[in-house]
Amino acid sequence: MTGKNENMKNRPCRSMLYIPGDSPGMIQNAEVFGADSILLDLEDAVAASEKDAARKIVSSFLRGFDFGPLIVTVRINAADTEYFERDLEEIIPCRPDAVRLPKCSSPNDVKEADARISEIEKKNGIPAGSVALHAMLETALGVEDAFAVATASPRVTALTLGGQDLTADMGVQKTREGWELFYARSRVVLAARAAGVMAFDTVWTDINDPDGLYQESKQIVELGFSGKAAIHPSQIEVIHRAYRPSYKEVRKARRIAEAAEEAARVGKGVISVDGKMVDAPVVARALRLSATASLYDYEEDEEI
Amino acid sequence: MIVRSANAGTLESSDCLVTVMPAETIEIEYAGANEKIFRGRTEDLVREILGKYSLTGGAVKIQDSGALEVTLRARIETALERAMEAIAR
Repeated sequence: MTGKNENMKNRPCRSMLYIPGDSPGMIQNAEVFGADSILLDLEDAVAASEKDAARKIVSSFLRGFDFGPLIVTVRINAADTEYFERDLEEIIPCRPDAVRLPKCSSPNDVKEADARISEIEKKNGIPAGSVALHAMLETALGVEDAFAVATASPRVTALTLGGQDLTADMGVQKTREGWELFYARSRVVLAARAAGVMAFDTVWTDINDPDGLYQESKQIVELGFSGKAAIHPSQIEVIHRAYRPSYKEVRKARRIAEAAEEAARVGKGVISVDGKMVDAPVVARALRLSATASLYDYEEDEEI
Repeated sequence: MIVRSANAGTLESSDCLVTVMPAETIEIEYAGANEKIFRGRTEDLVREILGKYSLTGGAVKIQDSGALEVTLRARIETALERAMEAIAR
């Protein structure tokens, strides 16, 4: 894989804002909304009669517009649609950070898309593996195959859960509490961690219920998701708030990080904080938490 | 070759509506709030894109609601490809 993917792995991607691919007004203002990344959508947000127009808008922006620090992913149409081939042919040469592939139900779905993307990269003189692939799991079969999908190609850098289609496939309702997705979410996160890729959660569809979104976001942060998709700019702040570590956690993590630094400096193998021994996984978690905390402002006397 | 008339885009803010029709020569019509500033730029862009598609004729009408150049380009290309569709397929 090239530097671009590696680079993406290290950038926070708490929120991913879906923007319809045929809305130039929203796309040009993408940075203003404050999301860590955007998902330019060629699939469900675009009517059949505008698929060609959306493809043109997205490719034109990818070639000629500066998205600043935003991670830009394009959701293409599924492999079983008539749009899939042209989506890849027009989007891959523009080198988005990643393409999100809907309806991955088997490792073979990934392998076929990967082969097609590799051909297009080669034809256009782009280094192999430049464009990452985010595999969307939105069928029961896909979730059951999560680890195999995640490891089907080194191009896969994320698994992402599609809650709407999955609950439909399971024959259940998506509820406010989301218990019907609990197992699928856990399974996707575990498979993603095992494969060394990111895990992204599905959208919260009720834009008038930010409390429900906050509760669900807290839940998926605790389950270990790297980020969550948003369908409206107002949802970004809510998702970011759910990812915010408390000041107490941050203070503790910083002390562990400092102790680890000090131990490394003086060549001590064992780290202790407040007289308690701290081992490597705890240090690793503290460093990760400190990195997340650096995205937020904290007051010294803050209490949460 | 342009075989039929076709539209692309909208009249929404930051977008433009492009209409393409068959014509012997290149005809460009442009309307927008900042016509004086953008007419020249837009005409150059239309000629460049027509050239890319090897077209020597075509009537291109643009109603601009403050579209960026990347948006204009996408809308012009979409309208042209729709207008050329019968041959392309």
